[in-house]
Amino acid sequence: MLSIAIPVAFALLTAAQLLNLYRLLKGPSLLDRILALDTMYIDAIAMFILMGVYFHSAVYFEAALIISVMGFIGTVATSKFLMRGDILE
Amino acid sequence: MIEYLSGIVLVLGSLFCLVAALGVIRMPDTLTRMHAVTKAGSLGAGLVVLAHALFHQHPGIFLRAVSIIALLLLTAPVAAHIIARASYRSNIPLSERTWVDELNKK
Repeated sequence: MLSIAIPVAFALLTAAQLLNLYRLLKGPSLLDRILALDTMYIDAIAMFILMGVYFHSAVYFEAALIISVMGFIGTVATSKFLMRGDILE
Repeated sequence: MIEYLSGIVLVLGSLFCLVAALGVIRMPDTLTRMHAVTKAGSLGAGLVVLAHALFHQHPGIFLRAVSIIALLLLTAPVAAHIIARASYRSNIPLSERTWVDELNKK
């Protein structure tokens, strides 16, 4: 069952990343690009976990945790910078 | 049995990630894109993490999966809110089908 499910899930996630990449490259405003990057890091967490299922390993969980923290901080910092021209008030 | 369940949850989560990406492509302006992404994206990634935890059934992995899901569910609304706030403050034009803008009433 997993031998079918893992390639299907990889294909769906790759399609999602490519669509987000299109919005990242095309996006009319800068905030659309930030939004596309925000979605891309969430999809990257899913892809890392999927790699963990594929290789029967739990090492990828730590990478996913670090990506989730860093992606959130990056989104908040860039949005605040665009809003005020300053990160810390 | 548990392998079938985790496979189904895995495909379902990736499907939600794809739906979020379709929302990014199809929606007309930044606020509606944010609306589509922040729910479907975090739900999809959370389902994939849950599938891994179901497949391995080990307490350490389960704890890490719970912490990743909690972190996603805590940070996604904050990120969405700050993106929406920045896009409204910097006067990015709304979709032309917007018919009410309650923040703009002076």
